[in-house]
Amino acid sequence: MATPELGGIGKSVQRKEDARFIRGKGNYVDDVQLPGMLFLDLARSPYPHAKILAIRKEKTLATPGVLAVITGKDLEAAKLSWMPTLMSDTQMVLPTDTVMFHGQEVAGVVATDRYAAADGVAALEVDYEPLPAVIDPFKALAPGAPVIRTDKKDKKDNHIWHWEVGDKAATESALQGSDVVVREKLYIPRIHVSSIETCGCVAQVDAMGKLTVWMTTQAPHAIRTVFALVSGLPEQKIRIISPDIGGGFGGKVPVYPGYVIAVVAALTTGHPVKWVEDRTGNLISDSFARDYHIEAEIGASKDGHVTALRVKTLADHGYTDAAANPSKFPAGLFHIITGSYPFKAAFVEVDAAYTNKPPGGIAYRCSFRVTEAAFAIERLMDNLARQLHLDPAEFRLKNFIPPEAFPFPSVLGWTYDSGNYAGALRKAMEIIHYADLRKEQAEKRKRGELMGIGISSFTEIVGAGPSKTFDILGIKMFDSAEIRIHPTGKVLARFGTKSQGQAHETTYAQILAEELGIPVDYISVEEGDTDTAPYGLGTYASRSTPTAGAAAAIACRKIREKAAKIAAHLLEVSPDDIEWKDYKFQVKGVPGKSKTMADVAFAAYTNHPQGMEAGLEAVDYYDPPNMTFPFGSYIAVVDVDKETGQVHTRRFVAVDDCGTIINPMIVDGQIHGGLTMGFAPAMLEEIPYDADGNNRASSFLEYLLPTAVETPKWETAKTTTPSPHHPLGAKGVGESATVGAPAAFVNAVLDALEPYGISNIDIPLTPYKVWQAIHAKDPK
Amino acid sequence: MAVDAVVAKSTLPVNSSKTIHVTVNGVARASTVDARTLLVSYLREHLTLTGTHIGCDTGHCGACTVLVDGKAVKSCMMLAVQTDGCEVRTVEGLEMAGKLHPVQEGFTKEHGLQCGYCTPGMMMTSVALLAKNPNPTEDEIRRGISGNLCRCTGYVNIVKAVQYAAKQMAAAPPGGP
Repeated sequence: MATPELGGIGKSVQRKEDARFIRGKGNYVDDVQLPGMLFLDLARSPYPHAKILAIRKEKTLATPGVLAVITGKDLEAAKLSWMPTLMSDTQMVLPTDTVMFHGQEVAGVVATDRYAAADGVAALEVDYEPLPAVIDPFKALAPGAPVIRTDKKDKKDNHIWHWEVGDKAATESALQGSDVVVREKLYIPRIHVSSIETCGCVAQVDAMGKLTVWMTTQAPHAIRTVFALVSGLPEQKIRIISPDIGGGFGGKVPVYPGYVIAVVAALTTGHPVKWVEDRTGNLISDSFARDYHIEAEIGASKDGHVTALRVKTLADHGYTDAAANPSKFPAGLFHIITGSYPFKAAFVEVDAAYTNKPPGGIAYRCSFRVTEAAFAIERLMDNLARQLHLDPAEFRLKNFIPPEAFPFPSVLGWTYDSGNYAGALRKAMEIIHYADLRKEQAEKRKRGELMGIGISSFTEIVGAGPSKTFDILGIKMFDSAEIRIHPTGKVLARFGTKSQGQAHETTYAQILAEELGIPVDYISVEEGDTDTAPYGLGTYASRSTPTAGAAAAIACRKIREKAAKIAAHLLEVSPDDIEWKDYKFQVKGVPGKSKTMADVAFAAYTNHPQGMEAGLEAVDYYDPPNMTFPFGSYIAVVDVDKETGQVHTRRFVAVDDCGTIINPMIVDGQIHGGLTMGFAPAMLEEIPYDADGNNRASSFLEYLLPTAVETPKWETAKTTTPSPHHPLGAKGVGESATVGAPAAFVNAVLDALEPYGISNIDIPLTPYKVWQAIHAKDPK
Repeated sequence: MAVDAVVAKSTLPVNSSKTIHVTVNGVARASTVDARTLLVSYLREHLTLTGTHIGCDTGHCGACTVLVDGKAVKSCMMLAVQTDGCEVRTVEGLEMAGKLHPVQEGFTKEHGLQCGYCTPGMMMTSVALLAKNPNPTEDEIRRGISGNLCRCTGYVNIVKAVQYAAKQMAAAPPGGP
């Protein structure tokens, strides 16, 4: 049989995981069916804030198929009614006396199947006494506002924390000394990741007392540790299996009440218990992203050089701070907000407030607040260009951090690893024919037609992260790879991360192929089973390639070190005479005298040198020395219908630079998806609450995910500036486009509306909002 | 609202069951199901054909799309009893005699899927679309799949996958119902 192609780094290898997905043979949590399995459904609060006067279980327990009702009082007895959040705040599993938001879980109903469980939920009688709800975070912080977290001793207000970074005085003086300063209030509303698979689990306890949970989680190992700490079960008796995951985007990092109730139900009934939330439950109670009220100002000299940046932000966290940030960064990496520009002074402060809403502050294909930061700086840069009567491209090119300035220390404390920002923007301008578009726009403006061009030149920060600063609940944010080469030269590799569609089985195999000279077809990659995979912090924040990808390369190099000695033994030369060249161990200067990794692997089990350990395997836990800083420049071209406010995206060119690319096809796919999740919040998606605290987007009828019809036809291109500190030069790419795209859309629309002098419209730019903005200026 | 939706479910008759005769992926089945059993529950839980996925329960996302007598339907919006006497085709019925359907081939060759969750529904819609319109334009494809939501791909490569399948099928039409 011919040896298959190597399929190393840089090749668009077909995805290994597709073989099961296109046949309908994926194994998602809801596909897990166990003998005797019961189903858990959840009753939810119709009030945003209320006292629970009574929960009457009788009618539910009399419902055919219903076996149990679990309430907060039941959990309280086992000290499980509250659990910690990832930010060391506390969150209810089930309420004992007060509900905190519309849609909150109030009781669990366990039944023989999901229909019976829903019947039981419908039959449950709960008496509530409504309490005043605090919905607006500004009002939440006003004196005299009702205190939401009365469970916390001595808590007298709704303020969670204040965080600041930078030099306040220097920034104040630099802004005062600037010739031009622009200020803007930008609200980035609540949005929801809405992976097409909702959240769920199957919990099973075996006769030996071992708990196995098949769970929609992006971070199975961390979840196991959290479960052990909260439940008191010994950690070796907990096994978390994250099977195929139908999209994560950050929404599957937190621990939701349903998981815990399912575990309690399995422990108490002795049966396996499945919980799978429906879409409404998913939309009204799973953690939310964004909800940042930003006030930003930046200054420049009159010759167009940026000077200083000041930002004050109010973060609406709902009733608990359940953000998934590294613990030392309550506002995530928001201080990447100086973006692609060499500001000399900056000051950023963020305050967080409790409101009667579900937990907020998790990811939407970008956690850690990088999207909020990139959006603010790229929006303000356009407003500043307009004030200076400079073209926004020219203004950016004038200000970019130049390639020779890297590694670049940002004024707020980051060290950017590498970049060529002007290169990416110039490439995007060439592809889209920027100069021609500006000419066309000028002609259209004369005719009163609204055409806009919007730029976003963002800097991302991913790959969390260096252990000296990055941890979640104290667990350092390394990640891991464990590689075994079998005697016949085939490979099994396991990782601490967990793919949710990113194709780790393929990408990691390509890294191994490149480093070991073994074809991708001979390499199997496994993740997501805590009983077998090495410990890692999981997949989110574009961290898999920067951390576990690096671990893979280093583990391979450890293997190569040992393998070189075996090769020397086989070739009867000194190890010093062996070099790794053309994917083989060769005797230096003697072409043709060589051994492949497969030859060496066989010898490692059959003919290894005396005194050497048998076998050929390695493990690496990779602690990155720095974050990686992917970047890109996006240009959107839109036409706006004056009469309806409808925005049509004519073209969208995305030039990304994520360092070394492992699989160009997969990277392009990540960018297409990321752009769509940048387009969505810019133009369509919002989870609004009315003044009474009712969630007004509880199905896909109100929460508008883009379909193929609205989604622009993405055009992508690349530049490649490797990371100097990553062993492969890779930077990570999953979230770049979601971070970069929203500002390009808004800048394009506001550019189209320039004749009206509109400096901001808050996203999403629905036709009605755009129409309102136009007609406020031109009411005819 | 959540609470209303749950109440609506409970007003369905619980105990009336019916025996139905359905041909699923070419296999004749006689099954006794509750009147309120959704087609998607019947396929997934009674027949363990778990390739058909549930994404929204409200007919918006299309993850549960199957073919009933050749027509693409959202199986969370149809009762199993309504398929009595019908032919149902699911993702598991696309591959014939070890040969992938051109739509399956297109989705993998053109990287038209990532997490794979919307993929079976998206492919079934594409099969129905191509049966009706063997040579669709890009805009016709985009409209044709607009009842199916994908959160991962941005649709660019799904369009290419359908175009790939159209080309293959023009050269050699696939078999099957």
